[in-house]
Amino acid sequence: MTIQATDPSALLGNLAEALATGAIEVVDLTHTLDQDFPVIVLPPEFGQCARFRMEEVSAYDHRGPAWKWHNFTCSEHTGTHFDAPSHWISGRDVPNGSVDEIPAERFIGPVCVIDCSDGAAADEDFELTPEIIEAWEAEHGRIPAESWVLMRTDWSKRRGAAYLNMREDGAHSPGPTPAAIRLLVDERGIRGFGTETVGTDAGQGSHYTPPYPAHFYLHGAGRYGLQCLNNLDRLPPTGAMLIATPLKIKNGTGSPLRVVALVPGRT
Amino acid sequence: MTDAILPPPKKDPQKRTRTQTLPSGLRSRAALGLTAAAAEGRFMLQVCGECGALQYPPRDACSTCLSTELPWRDIDPAGKLIAETTVRTSTNTYFRERTPWRVGTVRLDAGPSVMCHVHGDAPRGGRVRIINRLDKSGQGVLYALPPEGTPNMEDDPQLREITADPKFRRVLITDARSENAVALAEAFAKAGASIIFIGEPEGWRPYPHRAALDAIPNVQIVPLDVTDTASVAELAGEIGGKTDILVNNARFVRPGGIMDRGDTVFARDEMEVNYLGLIRLAQSFGPAMRGRGADGDNSAAAWVNILSVYAYSNMPAFGAFSASSAAAYSLSQCLRAEMRPGGVRVMNVYTGPTDDAWHQPLPPPKVAPAALARSIVSSLKDGLEDVFVGDVAKDLIERWRAGAKVLEREMSETDGGGA
Repeated sequence: MTIQATDPSALLGNLAEALATGAIEVVDLTHTLDQDFPVIVLPPEFGQCARFRMEEVSAYDHRGPAWKWHNFTCSEHTGTHFDAPSHWISGRDVPNGSVDEIPAERFIGPVCVIDCSDGAAADEDFELTPEIIEAWEAEHGRIPAESWVLMRTDWSKRRGAAYLNMREDGAHSPGPTPAAIRLLVDERGIRGFGTETVGTDAGQGSHYTPPYPAHFYLHGAGRYGLQCLNNLDRLPPTGAMLIATPLKIKNGTGSPLRVVALVPGRT
Repeated sequence: MTDAILPPPKKDPQKRTRTQTLPSGLRSRAALGLTAAAAEGRFMLQVCGECGALQYPPRDACSTCLSTELPWRDIDPAGKLIAETTVRTSTNTYFRERTPWRVGTVRLDAGPSVMCHVHGDAPRGGRVRIINRLDKSGQGVLYALPPEGTPNMEDDPQLREITADPKFRRVLITDARSENAVALAEAFAKAGASIIFIGEPEGWRPYPHRAALDAIPNVQIVPLDVTDTASVAELAGEIGGKTDILVNNARFVRPGGIMDRGDTVFARDEMEVNYLGLIRLAQSFGPAMRGRGADGDNSAAAWVNILSVYAYSNMPAFGAFSASSAAAYSLSQCLRAEMRPGGVRVMNVYTGPTDDAWHQPLPPPKVAPAALARSIVSSLKDGLEDVFVGDVAKDLIERWRAGAKVLEREMSETDGGGA
């Protein structure tokens, strides 16, 4: 498809047409909010991430004859979710650090996808390193400022206990090294970083210095996190547009959300 | 000796499930003292506070001196079966369905002669011992048993009407992750339960004793999370109709009272598991169990709640947990009332601190998982409704009965073990 119009209304018109024809496809990057979807597990003396729960209020019955609806409860960090800077101690003083304060234009942006699926299949503690990022750039070009970077591991295909992969020495799942995150944040100026695992950090991320480097550096610099993403294998390495709009929760540190991407159609 | 019951046949799907009928539940207020004693399996009668005369049947004024001071006292249960007969028919539907039924008169060594139900092995004219238990309508009744155990005596059909023996019954233990799950499953396996379902919340994270549970004969691990309405409803849909004994061992415990926590997160978890979890289980499993109280040798028999004895009087070091236990205790009374028409017993087992991770800094005595499990199984066999396990629980209920306000003041200085 060739973009012919530079007039903004015409651009949007073209986008609408491309969506209607399938020239641009919408990929859902979200897991279903499901009672059995794993959440992060902390030592039990700490408060825990609330599981997703749903209670039926009525179902076209004596409790409400013409309507069905539910009350649901969960954490800001349950299911596929967005991390705002105020989620982490390093980001506690960042301006516009909570989900309600983030300017709306920051929720839509270009996305780079670094495929680590082979590495993660071979090593459950696989690390995203600066070398891997630079090798990716050698093939796909330099990561643009203000883009989202997603680490594809195909971890979203795991089910049950294999997802957290929890053992006596903690969880084992892939994630970035401190140096990789510093490269992305300080030198490339990314907007945010996303993963298919339960957090933006590796399962063993507490053993890095600083502990949980993705949370520490991203949020300290006012950047965002996305986790428990799905379907990353359906995104191209570059050229897609990510739409991630968290709920507008007052002083919220994050939010479950529907994440979608616009990708070039296969036709 | 009693004929041993055989493994019950598979249910005939063309037969209507027999509805529970009940023996007469009418009692005078004075006679309810016998019911209260039966809940704990105690044989008690009134003894006049003024002249010391032993009263039978229960009454409002002393049969000797007309004093109204008639406190209940534990009585020596030994006596002699001086008359007995076997009822072959009855105008009462409950007994009519259960004839032949043996009844008789026992002269107690303590004095009075009492009317009672009679076990098949109790010798005519011989020595017997009296037990006081709750019948299907939840009222205290007296049974004469042989003085010593006889072979298979627990299988006597009349006795099985007042017990909830796990033999050949199907048990659901609600929380596989609990530190007492293995001990409970082992105890029920040993007691002859035919299937032991164990509910497993959050199969997506491991726990240390899963392999041990899986190795116990007749154990089936099934998904269940008492905080998740959908999961409770789904399991009840699958096995609600063959759950004969439900043991709710799901429990959320954290130390702390009100101000040392500073939020409601753990308090909410405590209510979700300890209180709302009980409601969810009762809404899903209760109706099916209540409908199967008379469904043959493996009828629905009992619902077991494991409650903290601090439901009676708050222990401030575990203050919010105590409050959730009090809520569950109150709810168990409602559940009892709702289960009664089905003849299904709601047995509350009260414990003090248990020997687990959350009570680790507390000094002994603590209730070990094996002791708790033994007590639950033996109390089901014995047909009890209120059970106090361990020294702490026994001591606390005694002090509560002596004076709840005095106990409250004492509890305010109870050491929580630095937790």
